[in-house]
Amino acid sequence: MSESDVADAGFDEWLAAAAEGDAYYLECANGHGSLPPRRVCPDCGSTDIAEVELPETGEIRTVTVTHVPTPAFEEDAPYATAVVDFGPVRLTGQVVGIDVGDVETGLTVALEITTSETTGERVIGLRPV
Amino acid sequence: MSDVRVAGTGLTSFGNSPERTSRDLFAEATITAFEESGVPRDDVEAVLYGNFMGELSEHQGHQGPLMAEAAGVQAPATRYESACASSGTAVREAVKRIRTGENDVVLVGGAERMTNLGTAGATEALAIAADDLWEVRAGVTFPGAYALMAQAYFDAFGGEHEDLAHIAVKNHENALSNENAQYQRAIEVSDVLEAPPVSEPLGLYDACPISDGASALVLTSEAYAEEHDLEAPVAITGTGQGGDRMALHDREHLARSPAAREAGAEAYADAGVDAGDVDFAEVHDCFTIAEVLALEALDLEPLGEGISAARDGRTTADGETPINLSGGLKAKGHPVGATGASQIVEVTELLAGHHPNSDHVADATTAVAHNAGGTVASATVHVLEVDR
Ligand SMILES: [Zn+2]
Repeated sequence: MSESDVADAGFDEWLAAAAEGDAYYLECANGHGSLPPRRVCPDCGSTDIAEVELPETGEIRTVTVTHVPTPAFEEDAPYATAVVDFGPVRLTGQVVGIDVGDVETGLTVALEITTSETTGERVIGLRPV
Repeated sequence: MSDVRVAGTGLTSFGNSPERTSRDLFAEATITAFEESGVPRDDVEAVLYGNFMGELSEHQGHQGPLMAEAAGVQAPATRYESACASSGTAVREAVKRIRTGENDVVLVGGAERMTNLGTAGATEALAIAADDLWEVRAGVTFPGAYALMAQAYFDAFGGEHEDLAHIAVKNHENALSNENAQYQRAIEVSDVLEAPPVSEPLGLYDACPISDGASALVLTSEAYAEEHDLEAPVAITGTGQGGDRMALHDREHLARSPAAREAGAEAYADAGVDAGDVDFAEVHDCFTIAEVLALEALDLEPLGEGISAARDGRTTADGETPINLSGGLKAKGHPVGATGASQIVEVTELLAGHHPNSDHVADATTAVAHNAGGTVASATVHVLEVDR
């Protein structure tokens, strides 16, 4: 986490857009998906990168319920963190709107930016649909 | 390719010494390594030092020269930072320097001071090995990342927490005779299963402890060892390194470690051996599941079968291929920057017959050390062989 209030260009804009329902990913000329900020496709080195709308829903590929958090999530624990496959790109986020014990692989979720109960910072959230 | 001789090894005990600075820890390890080697400090041409979180735990950057000074060596010094693979990476660079003839004698090792941060502070510091923007800010911790891999493994191949528990039990058992180990205490499967959860499915006893400690090696060229008549029967005969995408979610398979596979294949080829030649190994078991992924990446177990290796006795001290006879990170401890070089120390002692667990591998000639950083976006593998 940055030590000041200065934004992380690329990332904070993405969070803000996602909070407005306008989440996107980056796609290179060869169709590889990635996350910002990025100038070069990590898969093929293409510098021809464009923002493309993130698919509405994704599928949980793995999940854990964390009981011992970093200090930034002290008040949030226990919380469920999942890796979600949105097709062209994957994201890691916290699953909200469901009992943490009920989150499992294969669950379909939609992106929903949430806030940390500890810091009030925006956090990538995932809500089962 | 010419081999690199391990002339001297040194370790501090690993554990809780929050007040000790990393320069003091490293100095202690180097004193032992120099004494054992018979190599004068003046002959050292480079110091390569692994450390991960010195800025966070000691407010100290630029640690290379500080550590050369602590070791009493006047030579150029460089710090290597590759998360938990920091000193494995330093060892690899030392091996390359000696092989190219650039240096004949290198002091390499690492140190980490962690317990002064407390559990929350160390958890925060360890998390910086993950992608800060896309993982840590979503609440991913170091145990959390391995828990994600463990769950993915269970989903892909089966297995359960009890299988992992046998790994922790085995490594604690192996550490009983290791006086440098943080835990010289036997545990049972039920202890692991009943321990408080850290990140499900992993609990407290699936995780390595937070540790302070240091490791050091005096490495020399074959020619230097011969010329100075050194007692150095163990050589590093193969080295390999692999890399991967930083964030776990960017891996095609969430329960595999291709970086370790790449490093292993390179090290085996470099040494002219294959997995079948490996008599025993020290692998990077920062969490119980990590040992499973390491065994499979190194082809010591087929894909999907590493989970049962400890439970079925294939990797126990008396098994076919003993794994982590030192106690591993799990019981020996994991002072992050010291770990990679400490594995080389343990393997050397085991092969040379100087280790309390050497009897379990009395006829062994070939062994491997596997060191991993983050969720294995970085990995180094070394093959060591002994003259018999
Ligand atoms: Zn591409």
